[in-house]
Amino acid sequence: MTQLYHFHGGVHPPTHKALSVRSPIATPPLPSKLVIPFHQHVGSMAKPLVQAGDYVFKGQLIGMPEDGLSSAIHASTSGTIAEIGMQVVAHASGLPDLCATLIPDGKEAWVVREQRNPITLPIDEIRHILRLAGIVGLGGAVFPSDAKLRGGKHHVRTIVLNGAECEPYITCDDMLMRQRARDIVRGGDIIRRVLGADEVLIGIEDNKPQAIAMMQEACVDRSSMRVIAVPTLYPGGGAKQLIRVLTGIEVAAGVRSTDKGVQCFNVATAYSIYRAVAFSEPLLSRIVTVTGNVHKPQNFEVLIGTPVDELVAWAGGKPDTTHHIMGGPMMGVPLPNDQVSVVKACNCIIAASDALFPPAPPAMPCIRCTRCAEVCPQELQPQDLYWFAKSKNFGKAQEFHLFDCIECGACSYVCPSHIPLVQYYRFAKSEIWARDNDKKAADQARERHEFREYRIEREKQEKADKLAAKEKAALAAKPAASDDAQQKIQAALAVAKQQAVTPKNVSDLTPQQQAEIADIEARRANNQARAQSDAGT
Amino acid sequence: MFYSPFIRKPISVSQIMLRVMLALIPAIGAYLYYFGPIILVSLTLASITAVATEAAMLKLRNRPVAPFLQDNSALLTAWLIALSIPALAPWWLVVVGTAFAIVIAKQLYGGLGNNPFNPAMIAYAVLIISFPTHMTHWLTPAMLIHADLGFAGQLAYMFGNVLPQNMTLDAFTMATPLDTLKTQLHLGTAISSIFGQPIFGGLAGQGSEMVAVGFLVGGVYLWATRIITWHLPVAYLGSLFVIAGIFHLIDPAHYAPPLFHLFSGAAMLGAFFILTDPVTSPTTHKGKLIFAAGAALLTYLIRVFGGFPDGMAFATLLMNICVPLIDLYTQPKVFGKKEQAR
Amino acid sequence: MISALLVMAGIAIVLGAVLGFAAIKFRVEGNPLVDKIDAVLPQTQCGQCGFPGCKPYATAIAAEEADINCCPPGGEEGIRKLAELLNKEFKPFGDNAKPKPKAVAYIDENTCIGCTLCIQACPVDAIVGAAKQMHTIIAADCTGCELCLAPCPVDCIAMNPIEETLSVWKWKYPVYALSPTP
Repeated sequence: MTQLYHFHGGVHPPTHKALSVRSPIATPPLPSKLVIPFHQHVGSMAKPLVQAGDYVFKGQLIGMPEDGLSSAIHASTSGTIAEIGMQVVAHASGLPDLCATLIPDGKEAWVVREQRNPITLPIDEIRHILRLAGIVGLGGAVFPSDAKLRGGKHHVRTIVLNGAECEPYITCDDMLMRQRARDIVRGGDIIRRVLGADEVLIGIEDNKPQAIAMMQEACVDRSSMRVIAVPTLYPGGGAKQLIRVLTGIEVAAGVRSTDKGVQCFNVATAYSIYRAVAFSEPLLSRIVTVTGNVHKPQNFEVLIGTPVDELVAWAGGKPDTTHHIMGGPMMGVPLPNDQVSVVKACNCIIAASDALFPPAPPAMPCIRCTRCAEVCPQELQPQDLYWFAKSKNFGKAQEFHLFDCIECGACSYVCPSHIPLVQYYRFAKSEIWARDNDKKAADQARERHEFREYRIEREKQEKADKLAAKEKAALAAKPAASDDAQQKIQAALAVAKQQAVTPKNVSDLTPQQQAEIADIEARRANNQARAQSDAGT
Repeated sequence: MFYSPFIRKPISVSQIMLRVMLALIPAIGAYLYYFGPIILVSLTLASITAVATEAAMLKLRNRPVAPFLQDNSALLTAWLIALSIPALAPWWLVVVGTAFAIVIAKQLYGGLGNNPFNPAMIAYAVLIISFPTHMTHWLTPAMLIHADLGFAGQLAYMFGNVLPQNMTLDAFTMATPLDTLKTQLHLGTAISSIFGQPIFGGLAGQGSEMVAVGFLVGGVYLWATRIITWHLPVAYLGSLFVIAGIFHLIDPAHYAPPLFHLFSGAAMLGAFFILTDPVTSPTTHKGKLIFAAGAALLTYLIRVFGGFPDGMAFATLLMNICVPLIDLYTQPKVFGKKEQAR
Repeated sequence: MISALLVMAGIAIVLGAVLGFAAIKFRVEGNPLVDKIDAVLPQTQCGQCGFPGCKPYATAIAAEEADINCCPPGGEEGIRKLAELLNKEFKPFGDNAKPKPKAVAYIDENTCIGCTLCIQACPVDAIVGAAKQMHTIIAADCTGCELCLAPCPVDCIAMNPIEETLSVWKWKYPVYALSPTP
C-alpha cells in the first residue's frame, strides 16, 4: 500500500459526474465548418502556413510552431480553407484572435501517416514529433508537451499521470480511462522513457472505480507503473496537489517540478502522445464532456475547431440555456458566445441556465471568518490577498504570495459573504503583469534615451575633434604650400574662367526636358527654404 | 458578467450570525430559570435599539439598508450586550450601550467587517466607566432572593425607576461573585470562608455558573457545526486555567481556584462568543492562540490585581488593538515554501 | 570638575570622529531622490511637462521647481506614486494636461519623403531610415511621445492607439451593485 499525503484545505462541491457517463464516448458527424485558432497553447502563436482557398488534408500542418515555446496547429479534417482572419475565440476576454476557417469536404482524406515503434525511436526525435504534432497539456494548461519532456538539471524520478479529474461535471478523462486505458498506459511508457524516470504513478480520484479498474488492468504487466486511488477532494486534480498527495513533494510557485524530480501529465495528454508517436496522428480531436442544461449529457470525441453551438446541439441543448461555460463550474471560463470553437484546452462544455447556476447573491463585506484560508490548497491567506487586491495594493499582495494562487476557486466557493475572491486575484495578477511590462518598457525607453543623448554628445565631440584636427592640419600645411603651387592654381582658374565650360548633357535639350529641369530646381529651392524655416523654428 | 466559480456553498453571513444567536439559547434558558424573565425584556430592548440605529446609520452612510440589516450582525451584538450587562439595568443603560456599540464602535468604522474593536465589549466598557453603580446591580438568583420584586415590579423599576416603598435595591440585587471575592479578600477574609457564603455554588456563583455552563454548551455547538474553530476558546480557557492554577497553587488562601475563574464573570461568554468574533480576532491559527492567551492573561491580571471586578471586556479590547500586528507576525508558510524559508 | 570636562570632551571627540567617518563611509553619490522620481516617471521623454525629458523633470521635482501633476503619460497613478514618494498631497491634472490612451506612431510610407527630421526628433531612436529613404517606426520601442509629429513636413505620421489584444488583455476590477463605495 502506498503512503498518501495530504494537502491543506480543499472542498467537496457536488460532483454531478454521473450525468455524463451513462453512454460511451460518441463521435459526432462532421460540423459545417471548423474554426481553428492559431494560438491554442502556452507560448508564441503558430505561424500560418496556408492561405484562403488552399485545400488541406486531415492532419496537415497549417500552423508552424515559432521559435522557442510554441506548438503546431493542424487541419482537423480535409477540406478547403475559407478564410484566415480574426475571429472571437474561446477566451474570457471575448477578443478575436487569428483563426483558420476550414470547410470540410466530408472525405476525411488523411495526410500520409506512418507507423513507428516508440521503443526504438530516438528520444530527440520523439520530442520533435510531439512539437510538430501539436501535443499540449490537455488538462487545461495547454503547455507544449515537448517542452515538459525536456527534463531539468535534476533527474526526474517520478512521472505522475493525472487522472484525478476533480472538477464537478467533467468526465472526459474518466471515460477516456475506461475506454482507452491501454493507449494511455503506452503513452506513459513513452513519457517515462523520454524523461528516464523510475516510476509512473497514475492518480485517480476514488469516485471513479471503473476507470481505476480499467487502468489497473492495463498496467498490470508493468512493474514501474501503479494506479493509485486518491481521496475525492477538490482541487486534488491540480498538478501541485496531486504531486503532493502521491509523492509528498510540494512544488512551489515558480519552481519547475522537474527540479524536484517529478513531472505531471494529464492522462489525455499521455493518450495523445502515444497516438502521435506511434501512428503520427497529430492532435486533431479531444474528448469533450457536454453536460449541464442538455437533454443527453455525454462525452464526444470532438474535432478541434468545432463550433460550440453545433456540439451542444448534438447533446440536445435546451432552449433556456443562457450561456456556455468552457471547463468546470469551479475554474471554467464563460464563453463570449456559442459560435466560438472547441480548442485544445476545452475539456468540457457546460450549458448553463439560471436554474443550474443561479447568479451570485450580492457580495457582502469580508468578515475575516477565514473559511477561505481553511480551504485554500496553497495555504494562502485569501482574506488578506482580497484586502490588498481590492485596495490595489499590489506590492503587498505579492508579498503575501499572490502568485502562489492557483485560482482553484475553493475560497470563493465557501465565502459566506459571496465575494468573488478569485476574480480579485485575477485582476491583481493581470495588473501586476501589465505594470511589469510598463516598467520594462520605461526602463528600455530610459536606456535608449540615455544612449541617444550620449551618442549626440559623442558625435558633437567627434565633430569638434575633427574640426580641430583639420584646422591644425591646415595650419601646419600652410607654410608648406609653396608660392609656385599657388600660382599654378590661379592660372588654372583663369583658364577655366576664359573657357566657361558648360556640362555636355545640358546642351541640345528638348523644351520638355528643360521644363522638367526647371520644375525640379524650383522644388529643390522650395524644399530648402522650408527646411531652413523649419530649422529656424 | 459572472466568472468562475459558478457554484457556491449554500452559506451566508446572515446564517452564521443566526447560528451564533441560536447557540446563545442555552445560556438564555439558564438565565431565565435562575434570574427570571426580565432578561427577555433587555434582549428585546437591545435588539430594537440595534436594528433601529443600524438602519439609521446605513441610511446616513448612503449604504443599502436591507441587505445589511438581514445579515443579523446587529442583532447578535445586541444580544451579547444584553447578556453582558445586568439584566435589571434601567432601560436607558441598555439603549445607550447598544446605540454606542452600533453607531460608534461599528458603523463609524465602516460597518460590518471593518470595526477593529468588538462592539459589544466597547458598549460594556463605556457603560462600566460611565455608570459604574448601575453596572454592579446584578440580579440575585431566584433561590437566594429574600424579597421578590415580581416581573411587574422589575418592569416598573427598569422603565420608571420606581421601587416599592419598603424595598431597596439591595433586596434583590447583589454584587457578582467576582466582585464579592475581591471585596472580601480586600477585607482579609480567606478564600475558603468566602466560598462558604451562600452566593457561591459548586463552581462559581450560584445561578451564574449555570449560565456559564449554558455558554459552554452553546460554544460546543458552534465548534461542532464548524462556525468557530477550537483555537480561540481552548487557548483562552486553557491559559486562564493555567494562570489561575499557578497562582492558586502558590497561595490557595488568596487566589481562587482555576475553575472558579472559568465559570465566573464573562469568561465562558468571552471564550466562545466574544473572542471568536471573526472581524476583531486574528486570522491565522498561531495568531489566534497568541491572541486568546494574551486575553486570558489580561483578564486574570485585571480580575485579581486591577480595579474592575471583571477583566474580559478590557482584555478583549486591548488584544483587539494587537490583532493586525499578531496577524503580520504569524503569517503561515505557504505551499511549497516551508523548507526554503527555514 | 576636570574629570567631567575631560569626559565631555572625550565623548565629543569620539562622536565627532564617528560622524566624520560615517559622512565619508556612507557618502551618497548624486541625488538619490532624482533617480527615485525618475524611476516612477514613464520615460516617454515626451516633454509634455515642459522639461526636455523625464530626467530633467525629475530633477525639477526634486528641487521643488515643478509640480507633480505635469506628466499626462504617467496617468493619475503616476501622480499618486509621486505623491507617496514625496509625501505630498495628491493633485489632479490641470485642464491642459489630460492623459490620453496609449498610442504608437505610424508612418504612412506612401507619403514619407525621407527627410529624416522625425529621426532627429525621436528621443528613443525608435525610427529607422536614412535620407531620401522611407522611414519606419519600431513599434516596440515607440513611447508614444508624439515628438515626431511636429517636425514632419508632409504630415505622414499618425498616432495609432494601442488596441486591446489577447496578449495585453487584463481582467477587470470586479464590480458589483451592493456597495456604491466612493
